[in-house]
Amino acid sequence: MNVPSDLKYTASHEWIRTEADGALTIGITDHAQEALGDLVFIELPAVGRVLAAGESCAVVESVKAASDIYAPVAGSVVAQNDAVVAAPENVNADAYSNWLFKLKPVNAADTAGLLDAAGYAASVGDAG
Amino acid sequence: MLKQTPLNTAHRALGAKMVDFGGWDMPVSYGSQIDEHHAVRRDAGMFDVSHMLAVDLRGPGARDFLRYALANNVDKLTVRGKALYSCLLAHDGGVLDDLIVYFLDDDWFRIVVNAGTADKDVAWLRTLIAARAPQLALNERRDLAMIAVQGPSARERVWRVLPGCRDATAALKPFMAVECGEHFIARTGYTGEDGFEVMLPAPRAVEFWESLAAAGVRPCGLGARDTLRLEAGMNLYGQDMDEHENPLESGLAWTVDLASPRDFVGKAALLQRPPRRQFIGLLLIDKAGVLRAHQKVRTALGDGEVTSGTFSPTLSASIALARLPLGVAPGEDVRVTIRDKELVARVVKPPFARHGKSLVQ
Repeated sequence: MNVPSDLKYTASHEWIRTEADGALTIGITDHAQEALGDLVFIELPAVGRVLAAGESCAVVESVKAASDIYAPVAGSVVAQNDAVVAAPENVNADAYSNWLFKLKPVNAADTAGLLDAAGYAASVGDAG
Repeated sequence: MLKQTPLNTAHRALGAKMVDFGGWDMPVSYGSQIDEHHAVRRDAGMFDVSHMLAVDLRGPGARDFLRYALANNVDKLTVRGKALYSCLLAHDGGVLDDLIVYFLDDDWFRIVVNAGTADKDVAWLRTLIAARAPQLALNERRDLAMIAVQGPSARERVWRVLPGCRDATAALKPFMAVECGEHFIARTGYTGEDGFEVMLPAPRAVEFWESLAAAGVRPCGLGARDTLRLEAGMNLYGQDMDEHENPLESGLAWTVDLASPRDFVGKAALLQRPPRRQFIGLLLIDKAGVLRAHQKVRTALGDGEVTSGTFSPTLSASIALARLPLGVAPGEDVRVTIRDKELVARVVKPPFARHGKSLVQ
């Protein structure tokens, strides 16, 4: 299973990368895109929207199913990736370079509560 | 414990994503289900449909029995090898299953039913046989595997693998079947494309499957099968109709022979239940989601419901089959509730796509 060690994760299959400016870049994991299958629709939160930790804020839909995306920590949306809205299949091709949105966290320290790569792999039942 | 078809190991070897489908461990896709869909519309794909059950009905009076047991009229089957699509109805007119029945000989018909309903269907047919025609024998053919090869190049690829069956099947018309050695080959399918559905002895299934793959036929899973049948405007049992639904409100009136004087199971009930809703297609205009089963449809004449919805790879748009109030006409716009939004969809007459082409503007 493809779980890069430099990212943080949630049990609900989001990945999180902390950028130099403190913003969090958020996407869905390779495991999530694999489970969903061919993605055909993505809806992202508007820039400026304020999110609570765990709030449902985006939707990814595959041919088979719709899945909610949750804010990993509290914060406000500072960017959304229009490219994946235009071409959702890019997330199937590479889930880690095709991010969904960026969040400015209320408290930078909140990311300490997220899973690391080993923790996420364990949470989806994969020892490797 | 899920049931397995003779091709289960072959699916796993190809890296298929497997799902529980009506109690069977079946491949949903082997990679991208959209690529599998396009392979069938543009070239050739194959589906393991061995989870479906063939049952042979044999004995004198088999046709008379089916004239009573099936909603469609087997008297339409005048030529050996001819197939007919029909519903199996309950006495109250609900749909127990949909099936294909083949006329093979004066005292021999073959019926192919859905996987999830197979046990219920066989029990029901045995009950009817005991009451009406106890001389008939019903034989479940779990010894057969079934592989559907579909697409514009499908027949050519089958002939490459079974050159000895080319002469027997080259002139085979749609909805006709013929036996060729150990293969039972029917020009039928569930995709809106040309092709064959082939039954053969289960121990031969893997070799046939691998030969087809070597001939360039792409393995396709249930995911592509669903988007293909929906584009083709074909019903899925359990989603578009079931025992609680009236076939006349499920787009199946063309298969229910109310015109002939013959009596059949469910006829009296249906005559008392004139349809109050219609079964029709939807094309999502607001591209802000995907149509899915059970979404509410708001029309000027009342509410309806999506029965099957998906993303159509051929149209690059979301499509659905839906049960709507009578009087809503093709070309009209309706509103579908998708999550927290009401999105505009257009009423269209299925099919949405067939033979590689979109049929919707």
